[in-house]
Amino acid sequence: MTQETLFEVNAMPYRQAIPVYGYRFGSNKKTLAIMGAMRGDEFQQMYICAKLVKALTKIEAEGNLNKDYGILVIPSASQFSMNVGKRFWPVDNTDINRMFPGYDKGETTQRLANSIFRELKGYEYGIQLASFYIAGEFLPHVRLMNTGYTYPDDGYLFGLPYLVLRKPKPYDTTTLNYNWQVFETDAFSVYTKATERLDEENANIALEAILRFMAKKGFIDYEGEFGTKTSFVEEYDMFTIQTNAAGLFRPIAKAGDLVLENEEIAEILSPYTAEKLEVIKAKKKGRVFFVRHAEAIMEHDLIFRIIPEEV
Amino acid sequence: MISNVVSLGLPVGEKLVIPRNRIKGEARDNGKRICIVTGTHGDELEGQYVSFMLNKILEKNKSKLHGIVDIYPANNPLGISTIYRGLPGYDLDMNRMFPGSSHSSGFDYMVKKIYEDICGADLCIDIHASNIFLRGIPQIRINENSVKTLLPLARHMNMDFVWVHQAATVLESTLAYSLNEAGTPTLVVEMGVGMRITKDYGDQLIDGIMATMKKMDMWDGDEAPIKPPIVSTDGHVGFINANESGLFIAYINHGRRVRKGEIIGAVVDSLDGTIKEELKSPVSGLVFTLREYPIVYNGSLIARVLGGL
Repeated sequence: MTQETLFEVNAMPYRQAIPVYGYRFGSNKKTLAIMGAMRGDEFQQMYICAKLVKALTKIEAEGNLNKDYGILVIPSASQFSMNVGKRFWPVDNTDINRMFPGYDKGETTQRLANSIFRELKGYEYGIQLASFYIAGEFLPHVRLMNTGYTYPDDGYLFGLPYLVLRKPKPYDTTTLNYNWQVFETDAFSVYTKATERLDEENANIALEAILRFMAKKGFIDYEGEFGTKTSFVEEYDMFTIQTNAAGLFRPIAKAGDLVLENEEIAEILSPYTAEKLEVIKAKKKGRVFFVRHAEAIMEHDLIFRIIPEEV
Repeated sequence: MISNVVSLGLPVGEKLVIPRNRIKGEARDNGKRICIVTGTHGDELEGQYVSFMLNKILEKNKSKLHGIVDIYPANNPLGISTIYRGLPGYDLDMNRMFPGSSHSSGFDYMVKKIYEDICGADLCIDIHASNIFLRGIPQIRINENSVKTLLPLARHMNMDFVWVHQAATVLESTLAYSLNEAGTPTLVVEMGVGMRITKDYGDQLIDGIMATMKKMDMWDGDEAPIKPPIVSTDGHVGFINANESGLFIAYINHGRRVRKGEIIGAVVDSLDGTIKEELKSPVSGLVFTLREYPIVYNGSLIARVLGGL
């Protein structure tokens, strides 16, 4: 393993220079790149990468990393935001993951995205540890965008319960995942439950999934946990559950639960009297894929995504 | 008549309401409707003054108005009330969420209802300011795909500059793009600076809106003289970005003409008194955008200069 300073975020005299590190394993060949935190609250994503650096260091030291392949891990490029408790670029609240492929003569976050993408471009495979734009708990899954350059088959190699294909919206076209694919990298985003807090169990699920992918591709010799059977789901086929009332949100169903048609899955309570304002029921039978994280919720807001059982 | 475009319960005992004031003319009804929309970004307040003045003028002169003027002063009331550009508690820029959806978040639903309410108008004017970092001269921005429909309208709006810019996929979820796609001509006005009101620019735009209404046979009142705008494309715009971090000191005023190579300002270091970088104009032309907020980072936009004049 070699640690390399890929670039520096320099904001002197107000902030000291911040190195963005890459950890390289194996040869110089551009085989697999793994990107961790790009937002200031993605501590779990950074932690998964840190655990991966530790695991790969051991695997390489024991001679179990195939030297024909080159692997790059970037645990974080969001230190500037992390150290001041902000999710996005703290100056103008822009999101680095909405600036790809970046522009070296553009605005600050465009330049940062350009610096990141310069390092990540050209790899055969790319994995991003990602977080969602609505806070909530997911079933662990691999997600990829249907860009027309998408080859989902390798997504099964992670051995996570679901492989989700998303039809991109216009704002998705400036994400890392989308641009990786446009520039011919086979790109996957790995989602687990947590973002801003460290969740050991889910960090290990993501770590094992990435190591499993690498072992099945022949990059490493590794005998870890067996994965689970992966179901393929198009995001469009999931059904959403929304609130009709605003108030305190008390979910009953958890991510992973199988719920029946008309089963009670959440309640909305009055914030003043705890009276039930709404009992939310599943529209049909299915597996809970996403549960919103919120103590209180507005009207007509998304609270569940459920995979119909027949999918 | 003031009514609610959409009303949604907020988590704890409050309603999120998108208000609209509909002013119906008392002159012969020609069935036309103009929408004046602003406040999508909560830190852009230039449109607040324009909304206030238009309401005032039109309410007093209904006898000279044909058709309907709908004024939407606050598309993002939570952002305006909290001095926040986006939707508080939500990651996406509201002007990247159109035409909205019934199957996602409450904010997506709100966006959908706003879009549906405006759809079908004969003209929509979507008023933005610059952000808090930059000051811009009064201008209209038009996607090159809509130039045939929109440029003739834009010429009457009394703005200094019309910028015909390239299409970009990411811009396909703006209010203006979505409405133009749906056949509702929509002009995007950009002027002034975030978190402030530039009264002169507001008055200039109001004259332009009244002149455009006159052209559309919606207004019988007086018309102020309108100056034709400079019309330009991306190819004539020179960008100046900082390459160093520090304190930006402008050497010129906004709205001034500069020569190619002229120094427009410097990034300096307040710790050791050194000049880290002097920034030169890449073209001869008009400085139509200039940095307002002095702390800059590598990449911060300092100025836009319109060349080819």
